[in-house]
Amino acid sequence: MNGLVLEESPTTGDEIITNYTINFGPQHPAAHGVLRMVTELDGEIVTRLDPHIGLLHRGTEKLIEHKTYLQALPYFDRLDYCSPLGMEHSYVLAVEKLLNVEVPLRAQYLRVLFAELTRICNHMMNIGSAVMDVGAMTPMLWMFEIREDCLNFFERASGARMHSAYFRPGGVHQDVPQKLIDDISAWLDKRMPELYEDAISLFADNRIFKQRNVDIGIVTKEDALAWGFSGPMLRGSGIAWDIRKSQPYDVYDRVDFDVPVGTSGDCYDRMMCRVEEVRQSMRIMKQCIKDMPQGPVMALDRKVAPPKRGEMKQSMESLIHHFKLYTEGFHVPAGEVYVATESPKGEFGVYLVSDGSNKPYRCKIRPTAFSHLQAIDFMTRGHMLPDITAILGAMDIVFGECDR
Amino acid sequence: MAILHSAPTWSSNEGVIDTLTAALGDKLVSAVEARGEVILTVARDSVVDALRILRDEHEYQQLMEMAGADYPDRDERFEVVYMLLSLTKNHRLLVKTSTDEAKPVPTVTGLWPVAGWLEREVFDMYGVIFAGNTDLRRILTDYGFEGHPFRKDFPLTGYQELRYSTEEQRVVYEPVRLAQDLRQFDFTSPWEGSDYVLPGDEKAEGASK
Repeated sequence: MNGLVLEESPTTGDEIITNYTINFGPQHPAAHGVLRMVTELDGEIVTRLDPHIGLLHRGTEKLIEHKTYLQALPYFDRLDYCSPLGMEHSYVLAVEKLLNVEVPLRAQYLRVLFAELTRICNHMMNIGSAVMDVGAMTPMLWMFEIREDCLNFFERASGARMHSAYFRPGGVHQDVPQKLIDDISAWLDKRMPELYEDAISLFADNRIFKQRNVDIGIVTKEDALAWGFSGPMLRGSGIAWDIRKSQPYDVYDRVDFDVPVGTSGDCYDRMMCRVEEVRQSMRIMKQCIKDMPQGPVMALDRKVAPPKRGEMKQSMESLIHHFKLYTEGFHVPAGEVYVATESPKGEFGVYLVSDGSNKPYRCKIRPTAFSHLQAIDFMTRGHMLPDITAILGAMDIVFGECDR
Repeated sequence: MAILHSAPTWSSNEGVIDTLTAALGDKLVSAVEARGEVILTVARDSVVDALRILRDEHEYQQLMEMAGADYPDRDERFEVVYMLLSLTKNHRLLVKTSTDEAKPVPTVTGLWPVAGWLEREVFDMYGVIFAGNTDLRRILTDYGFEGHPFRKDFPLTGYQELRYSTEEQRVVYEPVRLAQDLRQFDFTSPWEGSDYVLPGDEKAEGASK
């Protein structure tokens, strides 16, 4: 080292430049909700990022402990309000697993059909807003057209556009009219693919979109496993894992679909996994519509599922069952289960402990965003400040679910 | 019991308990299979070793979730549950340990970095202390919050409420004041398991339950 003189930095002659810390959020449109990120910056380079969450914490799990199993269901719509039926799906399956109740085939098909419609609906929201975060306005507007169609279908099936409370322990709340099935089928054949492929063509090969996403926030396979990733975040890193495929529930073992997998684990791969998942969802929905049998949509066990309205007017026993189910609710045998399904955002799990009464003793909700958001510190480290929005957008985070 | 439900099914639980009992040895307290779930209870002090064996030798690569649970009647009232997932064997496992307010559980952040926030959440909600977790701050509750809200003895309404005061031009914290009682209907039928004395039944034998 003798004789070697380091060239002095032109900017740090007589003053010391220190890192500075800024607040990203809690009210920021690119933070996708109420997220406060305490960001330490070295110039424009992120050196540390500490997400502060919990601003939307409502104590859902505690509230559920004070409600009957049926009353607890609508809370799940309000977790991830972009994909309400995906949340309900885990919960009803957990209750059914404890009860060991058989769900009629038509109800299982209806659930898969609407769970996949939810996936489309969720991805429209996520892809649209993530693309808008990196500068493109139009795809979001076009995708909201599709989302609006989806919400209309939910409304026609359940009466509510977003918080549908459509899946119930034992089946679904009510059957759908044939006209709705026909309309969904026609929509899948023509309107949906046209709108969707148009919107995708705007950004998938777009230079700006690629510059903002390719090689940003790379997560290796090992990291993805260690940080508890799931769903498109895990598949984007090149691990072919889909709970619908490997641990099938309802009728997912009867439908045929492919699992898209990324190669480099960057934001672009994660987005493209979602883009392809939507096409696969359409494929699943078409098969559901084709194969769906006629029959009941609710379990026939009257100690779990309420009787039909018409029966109630005729039969005293049905009236008693109805009264008991909507006041006391059904009792669930003691035990504990952890049921996880592939929600649009990843593995959404419900750890349900029953003490044999009509209320859950403990209901732990496993949100997808919680694990993903924790990893944002190492994913953004060394990236530029605007890359935070790209990484966050490709993570697909909703705070209703993350904070519970 | 025949399986009637349509919840997710993974590879068979057959033989899993035998294999893991042999592998974990005296670290294991009990192992049961109930309702399709394999539940292992391990001693608190050997949580890290047991989970390392499960991760490195038995292919449970992912820690998907950690849950706390409160059972006030037990000697050690809190349970910490680790949900493990094996992607290669396509199998799930629940690993449990128990603790109380004072005894710390060893952290597993050395095995899975994801445990950092999961442990913070259990600490925040139940007050379980994780020894070795370097960042055991509260995570979901408000800045400056006191107490552990998911404990069974913490009231549903909490103790503090906050509102924006137009006079003071800031958010103020006040003790909870309810205009009417919290609506807690007891719908369990009096013939099965109500824990109050039935009206008119006060003098009956054994009514003073």
